[in-house]
Amino acid sequence: MENYIDNELLEAVADLHEIPAGAFNIRRNGEGAGRRSTENITITTKTDKPGIDIRIAPGTKNESVHIPVIITETGIDETVYNDFYIGDGADVLIVAGCGIHNPGSSKSEHDGVHRFFIGKNARVKYVEKHYGQGEGTGERVLNPSTIVEADENSCCEMEMVQIKGVDSTVRDTKAYLKDGASLVITERLMTHGNQKARSDIEINLEGADSSAQIVSRSVARDNSEQIFYPRAIGKNVCRAHVQCDSIIMDNSKIRSIPEIAAQHSEAQIVHEAAIGRINNDQLLKLMTFGLSEEEAEEIIIQGFLK
Amino acid sequence: MLELKNISFTVDNSDGALEIIDDVSLTVDEGKFTVITGPNGGGKSTLAKLIMGIEKPTGGSIIFNGTDITDMSITQRAKLGIGYAFQQPPRFKGLTVRRLLSLAHGSELPEDECCAYLTNVGLCSREYLNREVDSSLSGGEVKRIEIASLLARKLDIAIFDEPEAGIDLWSFTALVNTFRAMNKNVHSSVLIISHQERIMQLADDIIIIADGKIRSKGPRDEILPQLLGEFDSNCDFRTKC
Repeated sequence: MENYIDNELLEAVADLHEIPAGAFNIRRNGEGAGRRSTENITITTKTDKPGIDIRIAPGTKNESVHIPVIITETGIDETVYNDFYIGDGADVLIVAGCGIHNPGSSKSEHDGVHRFFIGKNARVKYVEKHYGQGEGTGERVLNPSTIVEADENSCCEMEMVQIKGVDSTVRDTKAYLKDGASLVITERLMTHGNQKARSDIEINLEGADSSAQIVSRSVARDNSEQIFYPRAIGKNVCRAHVQCDSIIMDNSKIRSIPEIAAQHSEAQIVHEAAIGRINNDQLLKLMTFGLSEEEAEEIIIQGFLK
Repeated sequence: MLELKNISFTVDNSDGALEIIDDVSLTVDEGKFTVITGPNGGGKSTLAKLIMGIEKPTGGSIIFNGTDITDMSITQRAKLGIGYAFQQPPRFKGLTVRRLLSLAHGSELPEDECCAYLTNVGLCSREYLNREVDSSLSGGEVKRIEIASLLARKLDIAIFDEPEAGIDLWSFTALVNTFRAMNKNVHSSVLIISHQERIMQLADDIIIIADGKIRSKGPRDEILPQLLGEFDSNCDFRTKC
């Protein structure tokens, strides 16, 4: 971690200032740049395709895995497959994330395919941050694909954040919940310039008493475009809540298409969606504290995306 | 300290120009507690917004501490020491009570100071510090936080637009004490728009605004009996009973 850009990217995507405690795997410009397994968490390289397997032993408590990816070269194009096997009753924090610093004129792209196999009664908190920077004209592209298979009475919380600098993203998330499993997805997205972002989420509530919540908050600025397509499909006695809330600014465009479907008479599924500009009274209120209109706008956006 | 000279505010509607404020002149002296009252729709809130800069007058000028602030922005006026508590405060998704009070104060507020402001408006403080000022709070709670946000500042003039609205009568007495102390310890001058007799009892001066004009103004001892007498004579239900 000698390099300044590396450090900056690692801090942005994984809040890392130094080598993390616990298990980790750092991927840099398509190659492994550091790894540590622990007694309960084993990280191994896949033999049939690029990527790693992360195996968390049943009953592992209060341990963390960091698997940041950083790209600092132009022209990188990679698809990486990471599979997480989380043992029954484990309770872990997984921090992923990808930072691209593209200094040149060619596109740099990282497509991460993450599969989560969550054991019975396990609890997982997953944090994924995406960030782009770089003086070059080359596009910075991140297309994450996430599949969650949640076993009985497991609990999974996913926080997915993309605040700055990614030119194009197509995010695809699918989840399958068994009896009593619960899933909370919190998505925060900001686009600017000519960026484009699309997020498709499909949650299949297959088991009895499964529950899901999707909270998506976004801000679109300049000429950027966003599309949200969250779907909750209730196939059993279940509860789900889908909430999409967007602030639209400048000449941006947002489409929000929440879909709810029930295939069981005891499925309770709700969706809410709203797109609007910043509330004028909020701006006025903060200006009466002595803030300029621009400062007030930034504070409102920061809070909204927190 | 604050002087409104021949202030007018006109809006265009389908029937032509509508006069909301019609040639109002008044002065709020330093250290004074002034209450503005009068019937709904008479122009009280508009007058407060004109002082804060949220609306711009169509005629007249506003002088504050010797400076003509008529063309100044809200931000500039705030920096000069004018504060305004909204009648219907906005809510903010993601902004905590503590952050809002710190923004009002102008720098990060220590926890105990935040708690003191919240206690002053009758909120059990530690429970509220990290709550978001969003729709999870009731109207009365948001309103109290709004009042606390002005307590967190040191102002030359603090303007409150119907602070009693939405606050239950049980806790209103405590709030009256907060307003009483405010003028002595926190802000130089306090200007409150109110319909509450208990707030009017705190005033040095009372101004009655109706139909966009000043109907009467003067010291409390002169105006309040007049006002109460007027209510008594208007309330003929007593004679009917």
